[in-house]
Amino acid sequence: MILVFVETGPGGATEVSLETVTFARGLGGPVHAVVVGELPDGVAEQLGAYGVAALHVATGEAVAAYGGAAWAAAVEQVRTAAGADVVTAAGTPRGMEVLAHLATRLGVAMAANAVGVESDPGAAGSLLVTRQVVGGAVLEQMRLDDRPAVFTVAGHAVEAQPAVAVEAATVHEHVPEVADADLVARVVSSEPGEPDRSGALTSARVVVGAGRGAGSAAGFDGVMELAELLGGALGVSRVVTSLGWRPHHEQVGQTGSRISPEVYIPCGISGAIQHWAGCASSKTILAINTDEDAPMVTKATYAVIGDMHEVVPAISAEIRRRRGG
Amino acid sequence: MTNVLVCVKRVPDVGGEVLLTADGQGVDARFVGFTTSAHESCAVELAVRVADGDEVAVLTLGRAEAVEQLRSALGVGCTAAVLVEADPAGFGPADVAREIASVVSAHAAAGRSHDLVLLGNDAADSGDFQVGIRLAYELGRPVVNGAKTVEVTDGVVIARVDGPDGGVETYRVPLPAVVTVLEGGVEPRYPTITGRMKAKKTKVEVLAAQRAPDGTGRVRLLLPPAQPSTVEVLGTGPDAAPAVVDLLQSLGVAR
Repeated sequence: MILVFVETGPGGATEVSLETVTFARGLGGPVHAVVVGELPDGVAEQLGAYGVAALHVATGEAVAAYGGAAWAAAVEQVRTAAGADVVTAAGTPRGMEVLAHLATRLGVAMAANAVGVESDPGAAGSLLVTRQVVGGAVLEQMRLDDRPAVFTVAGHAVEAQPAVAVEAATVHEHVPEVADADLVARVVSSEPGEPDRSGALTSARVVVGAGRGAGSAAGFDGVMELAELLGGALGVSRVVTSLGWRPHHEQVGQTGSRISPEVYIPCGISGAIQHWAGCASSKTILAINTDEDAPMVTKATYAVIGDMHEVVPAISAEIRRRRGG
Repeated sequence: MTNVLVCVKRVPDVGGEVLLTADGQGVDARFVGFTTSAHESCAVELAVRVADGDEVAVLTLGRAEAVEQLRSALGVGCTAAVLVEADPAGFGPADVAREIASVVSAHAAAGRSHDLVLLGNDAADSGDFQVGIRLAYELGRPVVNGAKTVEVTDGVVIARVDGPDGGVETYRVPLPAVVTVLEGGVEPRYPTITGRMKAKKTKVEVLAAQRAPDGTGRVRLLLPPAQPSTVEVLGTGPDAAPAVVDLLQSLGVAR
């Protein structure tokens, strides 16, 4: 049986958690889910629709605030009670952290960012995990001999798909016992993010990107205007934040946000693999670049060859003209 | 004053196309060179700030060439360096954590206690996301994961982490502790001339690995299948604007 650590937000289970449930279903066998902390309304029905047979909810004072060790202790107690021999989570910061704690406590390996899992034809009982390394530019085949098997699933490795045969998930409450040592490192206070921080970037339908081609800190007016006209967000490459032109929370890439908008419009971005790691899941990519051989152009769906400082204002002007303004 | 140990990894400096070695066991870095993982460059910066004049040791597990990454860290303010000399390809995250823990214990026994150990959240090449957490369990210390900023006041580490909803979460953890660092909270400084001179003169403590590694489970590396370019060029220069807006309208993102 597979146990999925599911993260929730205001809209219920997060999209990447639903992807992970979909991924787990593909491995065969029953899928259970565990939510630690407060359970938003409707999550049991939502997870049932994605094929989760049982939802375990771990609550209580010990896990009310987030802490990697305490939450891993909760997941471990649920795992034992439910009898799961595979535990997985989305490859988010919390998914990685909770499962790394869990794997360490169990004395087993953890495979991070899996995109495929199968039985190892060469070793009975072992799993062969294909996972992303080097920021997604390289795949590693890794043998996972240990049971329970612990791995995280890379974001957008699969699309979240509801199950065909649907039953509401049964709900089981747990109040885990957590040792004092596991309560030392946990969140003691949190401040809400500014509305324009990375949350807006990862949920935007349109992202206008800008890289070295912006030229200077003053070179972003055009892309910001276009982003605003399209009701989208601005995303930048690592060089832009390294040079201090724009803040880090706008960074798209391996060490920034991973985006999957309807349309991504990278302007003056060559497309280094670290950037590609963050934007590869965009549905349509329209690259604007002076170099027709830049990786971002060759990998894009559409391209305009030209200087972003000329092309982008022309697009904005055309949008305004059609709106009659 | 806080004695800090910061752990770094020498990784291939890949930017464009990635090549694999003939045996499929590693990234061929002959044409790209090596660097320090981005998260760890920020960890070094935070370590130097936190130590505030006290010892900041930098450690790596790698071949003799990895001294280059130790010297870079020494050049920006680290005061001591440790090389656990081994072929890093054979060392999985649990192995690396054990080796770091044995250096920390040996130093403590010799009167150098590293109150705070900083590492990158994950290595840019192997992407394991777990060495810091495994190290914390080896040492019996609390761990904060993915910190953007780290301060120490009165023996308490204050670490700030980006929360899942775009907010900022604060941890307060008593020393001794382990913290893993995410890029983006601080700007790594550049080495000064005097820093470079000092880095050259600092003696690197070279140790052998304490035990044979259990390994990584790696079967082999693969490159994702190359996608032939299917790009449709809409035009050149500002004249392409009407075609672009036609496209954006057909995709339903412009009106």
